[in-house]
Amino acid sequence: MKYIIRRVLFYAVTAWAAITINFVLPRLIPGDPVQSLLTRFRGQISPEATASLYVLFGLDSSQSIWEQYVSYWAQLFRGDLGLSFTYFPTPVSTVIEQSLPWTVTLVGISTVIGFVLGTVAGILAGWRRGGWAERLIPITSFFSSVPYFWLALLIIAIFSVNLGWFPDAGGYDIFTDPGWNAAFISSAIYHGILPALTIVVSSFAGWMLGMRNMMVTVTSEDYVVVAHAKGLSERVVNFAYAARNAVLPSISGFALSLGFIVGGSLLTEMVFSYPGIGFVMFQAVQAKDYPLMQGLFLVITFAVLIANLIADMAYVLLDPRTRSEA
Amino acid sequence: MTDLAGITASALDADPREQEKVTEKRHSPLSGFWRTPKSRAGLIILAFFILLAILGPIVAPFDPNALSDDLLQPPSWTHPFGTTQTGQDVFSQFLVGARSVMIVGTVAGTIATLISLVVGINAALFPGIADELLSALANIFLVIPALPLIILIAGFIPNGGGWITVALVISVTAWAWGSRVIRAQTLSLRNRDFVQAARATGKSTTSLIMFEIFPNLVPIIAGSFVGTVNFAILSQVSLSFIGIGSSNDWNWGTILFWAQGQQALAQGAWWWFVPPGLAIAVLGMGLTLITLGIDEFVNPKLRSGGIDRKVLRRAGMRSRVGYTPVMTDGASRES
Repeated sequence: MKYIIRRVLFYAVTAWAAITINFVLPRLIPGDPVQSLLTRFRGQISPEATASLYVLFGLDSSQSIWEQYVSYWAQLFRGDLGLSFTYFPTPVSTVIEQSLPWTVTLVGISTVIGFVLGTVAGILAGWRRGGWAERLIPITSFFSSVPYFWLALLIIAIFSVNLGWFPDAGGYDIFTDPGWNAAFISSAIYHGILPALTIVVSSFAGWMLGMRNMMVTVTSEDYVVVAHAKGLSERVVNFAYAARNAVLPSISGFALSLGFIVGGSLLTEMVFSYPGIGFVMFQAVQAKDYPLMQGLFLVITFAVLIANLIADMAYVLLDPRTRSEA
Repeated sequence: MTDLAGITASALDADPREQEKVTEKRHSPLSGFWRTPKSRAGLIILAFFILLAILGPIVAPFDPNALSDDLLQPPSWTHPFGTTQTGQDVFSQFLVGARSVMIVGTVAGTIATLISLVVGINAALFPGIADELLSALANIFLVIPALPLIILIAGFIPNGGGWITVALVISVTAWAWGSRVIRAQTLSLRNRDFVQAARATGKSTTSLIMFEIFPNLVPIIAGSFVGTVNFAILSQVSLSFIGIGSSNDWNWGTILFWAQGQQALAQGAWWWFVPPGLAIAVLGMGLTLITLGIDEFVNPKLRSGGIDRKVLRRAGMRSRVGYTPVMTDGASRES
């Protein structure tokens, strides 16, 4: 319990840091990118929206920095992230609400698949040392270095442009009716296969290399030798003794990898014009839509923090040491 | 691979050829690093790309921005990588872009490694509140997803800034992992006997760091540097692919940005987007192989990965879990 509380505290601090970065950044950059946007949209932005923009970007010089910070927080607690310029006059929170489920489903499922497949492959590679799996290491390091968006381009070129098996863009067939009906769900799955394949193939290699290295280290521990000496079958020694401990760093290192995978997934969505937050972010960047970019950054960071908290809980289940601490 | 194939001392002795080789070439630990197939392949790949970065812009046959009448031509002798929809020569864009990729990667990697050194060593040497704060800072930067943060910062900079700005922004987000690794290694070194002995002789903290701890950190720092360069290159290329950063600065991401924007996929212009991405992946593979080589160099247990099945069988061994063949090579054999 103590361990989980420590982690929750840490994530709270991180969330605070992300919000503060979001607050400080527009005030640090020389020049005033937002003022020009305000001029561009003058007449279209309601007085309340203008006021909220002033708070978000610190254009209100009558307030001290501290007062600005307090009203920024107040605004966040109301769920007010400002208005999007691209989807004017839709609030940023609404835009994100619509796109987030797509990303969470796609990235969530494909990250888990990539993790499980990569870890199992790593166990096998570490177990049968010097075998075929060893020869795959240069190939896997090649795949772990392939940029997600380039792999996405290649996959589109092969499977949709040349073979025509899958659609090259979008998240569902626009002629279906979005909702919980079979036609929509099956078309969403059909559209999701290629983006998911991209994320699985790109993330697979990293998990495999890490797991393989830990297996090699763990299998030389005394308790593994003892397990062998007891006459346990190789399968039991491998999975119940070696792999169980070797997987711990992979789970505790989830934070680092997840941030990287999420970044790559955002780019994948951009290439596939997938209706998730990656594609929205692409549009926000093109249009210099600052409120939307900031809102997206916060939401992505929070999602990563929550995923990490879940990984930490899995860690507690797998590593008794964290439990005995309390 | 067989030149590394001494499995145990006895197995090594069984093959006089191997032993001869070992006694011939040793002394420098770096030669051991070079003779690991992984790091050798990695270094050769890296050397190729460094050469490309130096010579590329000089030998590029065309101005990468110049338009021509050869629209969307497949590869030919005049245009080895074909042309774009506006008749630009992809090969020239590729050659010119190589320098930008390598420079931004190296500069960002260097700055990030310097930050991680300062943070990591200080955290390890000053336990208590300083360590807590510095480690928390590093962990926060590790957990916040780097690419969205880079996009956010770079997006706020007017006109994307020049390549130096891009390198700086990337290094701000790239130092955390290195600092954590360096901190852990420094902590473990701090309590080793030779450091304690040096401390007992009354050496100052500065000279302890400079002459006792730092030399033993070098492989770790090198590994973290190479990894950071890899990360920086991927980040820079991703930024350019989204269209952040100055658009008249060619790098491999810029080429892909235009290829994606001008429908290279739908028109089947594979020559436009295959070479830049392939180059990024091969360069990344080279850098990954070097880090793997350094890992094996630092942690000899991992070295058994280089054992050939056939060699094992000749030695009457079967590789499986719970069995660690001890590798000996020129670097570790002293007698």
